[in-house]
Amino acid sequence: MAIGVTNAPEKGRSSGSIINDPQVRGIFYQAITIIILAVLIYWIVDNTIENLRRANIASGYGFVRSRAGFDVGQSLIAFTSDSTYGRALLVGFVNTLVVAITGIVTATIIGFLVGIGRLSHNWIIAKLSLAYVEVFRNIPPLLVIFFWYSGVLAVLPQAREALTLPLNVFVSNRGVAFPRPIFGEGSEYTVLAFLIAVAASFLIARYANRQQAATGQRFPVLWTVLGLVIGLPLITFLATGAPLSFDVPIAGKFNLTGGSVVGPEFLSLYLALSFYTAAFIAEIVRAGIRGVSKGQTEAAHALGIRPRLTTRLVVVPQAMRIIIPPLTSQYLNLTKNSSLAIAVGYADLVAVGGTILNQTGQAIEVVSIWLIVYLTLSLATSLFMNWYNARMALVER
Amino acid sequence: MTTHEASFVRASMVEASPAPVLESGIVSWLRKNLFATPKDTALTIISLLVLAWLVPPAIQWLFLDAAWTGGGRGVCATVEQGGSQPEGWSGACWAFVNAKFGQFLFGRYPIDERWRPALVGILFVLLLVPMLMPKVPYKAFNAVLLLVALPIVATILLPGGWFGLTYVETPLWGGLLVTLVLSFVGIAVSLPLGILLALGRRSDMPVIKMLCTVFIEIVRGIPLITVLFMASVMLPLFLPQGVTFDKFLRALIGVSLFASAYMAEVVRGGLQAIPKGQYEGADSLGLSYWQKMNLIILPQALKLVIPGIVNTFIGLFKDTSLVSIIGMFDLLGIVRLNFSDTNWASAVTPVSGLIFAGFVFWLFCFGMSRYSGFMERVLDRSQR
Repeated sequence: MAIGVTNAPEKGRSSGSIINDPQVRGIFYQAITIIILAVLIYWIVDNTIENLRRANIASGYGFVRSRAGFDVGQSLIAFTSDSTYGRALLVGFVNTLVVAITGIVTATIIGFLVGIGRLSHNWIIAKLSLAYVEVFRNIPPLLVIFFWYSGVLAVLPQAREALTLPLNVFVSNRGVAFPRPIFGEGSEYTVLAFLIAVAASFLIARYANRQQAATGQRFPVLWTVLGLVIGLPLITFLATGAPLSFDVPIAGKFNLTGGSVVGPEFLSLYLALSFYTAAFIAEIVRAGIRGVSKGQTEAAHALGIRPRLTTRLVVVPQAMRIIIPPLTSQYLNLTKNSSLAIAVGYADLVAVGGTILNQTGQAIEVVSIWLIVYLTLSLATSLFMNWYNARMALVER
Repeated sequence: MTTHEASFVRASMVEASPAPVLESGIVSWLRKNLFATPKDTALTIISLLVLAWLVPPAIQWLFLDAAWTGGGRGVCATVEQGGSQPEGWSGACWAFVNAKFGQFLFGRYPIDERWRPALVGILFVLLLVPMLMPKVPYKAFNAVLLLVALPIVATILLPGGWFGLTYVETPLWGGLLVTLVLSFVGIAVSLPLGILLALGRRSDMPVIKMLCTVFIEIVRGIPLITVLFMASVMLPLFLPQGVTFDKFLRALIGVSLFASAYMAEVVRGGLQAIPKGQYEGADSLGLSYWQKMNLIILPQALKLVIPGIVNTFIGLFKDTSLVSIIGMFDLLGIVRLNFSDTNWASAVTPVSGLIFAGFVFWLFCFGMSRYSGFMERVLDRSQR
């Protein structure tokens, strides 16, 4: 065939003027961008140095080793006002993680329940779930935090008239006080037994899977594992003489003494973040389950798989593939929203950093610490997501 | 043909008999939707019990026992707390909301000048409503009025200082006024900026692509409150001595930049969903880059991601409440500020105020999400 195929013109000498060459133009635009950016950065750095010099602020991270001088309401690791700024930041980071992890667990449970509820055939359950989602999705989380903090927890009775719940749990405007377990001599054996039981369970589950693949025989995994995980620590616990006592809170005249107290700051933040994020998780779960085509269920039924097993073996694994990526970004959102702690005075990373910023004026250093911590969390999450996606993605041959 | 008169053949149709009682009407609906299985029945009964336990007290508290009018904390406190309500009373304190309504709308804006934000608000509604109705003509003219004329009028009217209007400094602004101004500017800035960032992230030029990617990923990785802190603490450091920015303006910049990073990711999703043939088709017609984007790609891409865009708007609207942390009094901030008013301090004032603020936020967000659903259906129909 003699269709005149002209070779693509060589770059550079096709269209007469250099001005019309897209590549030349691209380089030109980028060069301009770089120049503008460099000038801007130079200007900013120059101004900042000048401003810092004028305000007499020494830049650098040396301040983390000086005495903090403020107290932190609630912390898992030891902290006094004599500790350093660095330790205060660490306390803040731990507190951020605590509220994020507890919030994520609770939000996931509520979110899955509500999301499945929205697909229920039961009209009233579906409507209640819909109402939950529509209410909590459309209200700012900060407002929900204040609702719990100054609306509900602040108007609870004083400590001496604390509401008493079963198991010596007291609820008052100082928070929730509950008996603190005191681990006596030999309790580490119980922990050890528990860890052994968990490890053994994993091995048994793997063995059972292989057994089923090889012979078709099913091993009663659930009951064995339950017996191991509950039984082994329990036997060890009793054998070592039950080394556990409780420090029970007692309602005093002005305050509760003894026991562990979870303050209203943590409670309001935790409840608000859980309820708020749960509304979004519910929508993700619903979309995920709806995203598994009906043909999958019908095919499973046609193969004679019982409805319950169909859900467990066919629908849920496919739905999880849709659910996990947006779910991870909701977890990240919850972690970022935990910075709202500053509004109620829960000492998270941002709140502690804000206090330090006000005391020392080290704005750039504190903000850079925030950036690094939150960006690391985001990066870790997205790495996990990529790994998970690669593992779960459809393998097409 | 002869007709046979067979006795066993019917000469007329039989009337259709009604469906069995159990298969029609309310009984069947109940059986199918509430009592299909024993588990369903149990769930229904538990839900009904929970509702019966929660709803009547809630109605009692919100409406029947509520204090609707009054001039001070007396109407919202029991006799023991120094008020006029009987012992054991608890109910919403709407009198508080009623008395502070002007503040909730305008903050501490001087009372004599409140006609200015009110006028801007009325103009906003008058321009927005026809904009939102698909059938009303002159959309382009309307958009120019809403996005160009209105902001100019607002910048003259709200702060004042021109044409004999007294100057009202921004720390006095507050309430719904601040919430709406922040959201309006945030939306108006973040959409075009987000589109530019998304185009930049998909650009062929490596420098531009890297800059946009870094900006988007950093902003999306950190909480808004740190962005606001940066805007309020670090921005003054970056500027030469003597140049000061209004605090309100700094918050505006922070909120807008934050929202545009999220908007960029939404728009990028739309750009990626457009088939490659569309790009190549536009190229083969000889369109320039901006012609290609404006005429071919963006109209399709933006239509695809309307739900995502509106979700970002809703998120932005909710996020404006965070400015109360850096000491500005938006709707949430002004409601909380008034809790400390000794004239109104009572056990139920905070809850009532927060429920009111929550209801206002909810109304706006729910409205936006409903409108986006409506818009999706309208656009979908036009495509068919």
